[in-house]
Amino acid sequence: MKNKRRFPWLQIAVHIIGWLPLALLIIYFFTDNLTVNPIQDIEQRLGRIAVYFLVATLAITPLYTVTGWRTVLPRRRALGLYTFFYASLHIMVFLGLDYAFNLSQIIPLLFGKLYLIAGVLAFSLLLPLAVTSFDYFIRRMGRNWKRLHWLIYPAGLVVILHYAWSLKGNIFTLQGNIIQPLIWGFVILVLLILRLSPLRRWISSTRRKLFSPH
Amino acid sequence: MERKLRHVAVPPSEITSYSSYLSRRDFLKAAGIVSVTTFLAACGVNSSAGPVAGNGGPTAIPGWGSETSTPSVPVPDNAQGLTTDELANPLNTLDQITHYNNYYEFSTAKDAVAPLSQNFKTSPWSVEVGGLVQNPKTYGIEDLLKFQQKERIYRLRCVEAWSMVIPWTGFELADLLRDVQPMTSAKYVRFVTLMDKSQMPGEGDPTFPWPYDEGLRLDEAMHRLTIIATGMYGQSLPSQDGAPLRLVVPWKYGFKSIKAIVKIELTEQQPDTFWNNISSAEYGFYSNVNPNVDHPRWSQATERRIGELGRRQTLMFNGYNDEVASLYTGLDLRANY
Repeated sequence: MKNKRRFPWLQIAVHIIGWLPLALLIIYFFTDNLTVNPIQDIEQRLGRIAVYFLVATLAITPLYTVTGWRTVLPRRRALGLYTFFYASLHIMVFLGLDYAFNLSQIIPLLFGKLYLIAGVLAFSLLLPLAVTSFDYFIRRMGRNWKRLHWLIYPAGLVVILHYAWSLKGNIFTLQGNIIQPLIWGFVILVLLILRLSPLRRWISSTRRKLFSPH
Repeated sequence: MERKLRHVAVPPSEITSYSSYLSRRDFLKAAGIVSVTTFLAACGVNSSAGPVAGNGGPTAIPGWGSETSTPSVPVPDNAQGLTTDELANPLNTLDQITHYNNYYEFSTAKDAVAPLSQNFKTSPWSVEVGGLVQNPKTYGIEDLLKFQQKERIYRLRCVEAWSMVIPWTGFELADLLRDVQPMTSAKYVRFVTLMDKSQMPGEGDPTFPWPYDEGLRLDEAMHRLTIIATGMYGQSLPSQDGAPLRLVVPWKYGFKSIKAIVKIELTEQQPDTFWNNISSAEYGFYSNVNPNVDHPRWSQATERRIGELGRRQTLMFNGYNDEVASLYTGLDLRANY
């Protein structure tokens, strides 16, 4: 009975969306569509893809709050893992392709440059979430699992700082090349606000009043 | 040789669209070898007399054509036909130079500049040269082409830590400045880009202080290596690279080399510059290429030459140390970044 209520097409769609960016990247590589500086382009594209998946992950709960569509909730885990997957690829390209694992160059950067400190911090926030995403941990950790996974919010904001600081602009004075990180930062902030309990309860009750017959 | 240059300048769409990056690299390697060989054969030069890698010092490069400059000049005025810079770095291809452009007047996406700039109107074009000069003048682009045009191969190092080797055609800015006769009070030169939102959509972005402007100290502007480029690869300058005329200051980060210039002004005070206005702690007035002074947010120690997989060590003053270091004697390059 339980299985009949599921929407496998939604699950399939999430996995198609999950692999599509990588497939496109591979196609772009072989059709020479990654600019004449492909290492940097791949690196930056992977970073942006990870941001998009992060936003999608964060959007699931507010989407449920607003629509009451329960079916989307279990899809959050796959989206979160795709976020981690693309963030990991982004970092591997940085370490391996961009810097050829040259630790004497990489280490001073990772601990000396603010945008990379933010990047490392964001990844270290995502890492425990990915590791504990299995049912085993969800069962075992109980309430602590929820507490731990709340880290996705600070992770989202740190990711935006990492994104903004890697571009030629200043997100605090609103000068320079900042529009993309600004837009995604704003979206993450709205999604965060939508999760605040009082607002969430108000939205849910309003929805029920509007759409349920008395 | 004109033919050879035309050969290099195949429309980019024909070169790259269907070949992968790696196979293009192989192709370019092969093409490079072929063109070096044909060049040497055409000149009757023994292959052992080819460009020699020097350590910033003078290298003897056989100039091509009748106007061969003295071999002791590290950066020859007539580089036509050469396939490397004076440090034996091969030229980047026209395709690379015209499809990877930081030109925010059109777009912040480097590969979007080429298509967006295709209908950019470069004629008629005039440049107003004024300020503290005896002889202010407005030049048409055709007047500027009367200054002695030279072929210079320069490395261009972007502040984003990538670089290219580009064969420019242009004239020394000093020739133009002598023509307008700077007053003794003139200490700086300010440059301004065309402001035209209808042609340059990026200028509608309110997060940037348009129009783009840049500046040099007068002695930097008068330096032999500072040119106004009017062409590249033996052709007129492509729009995405700053047509019809742009500054090229090879020992400074690329953003100093302002594009599509409409105004040159001599001033007594150090002029404001575009990136300095956006973030003064990050983009100084000097912005000399310096591997020892990092941009506050990222390292400047290494760079990726476009077309190469590994990173290179960035050279002091982008490898022009011998020519330009004397401009900065006694200046703290960390404080004056």
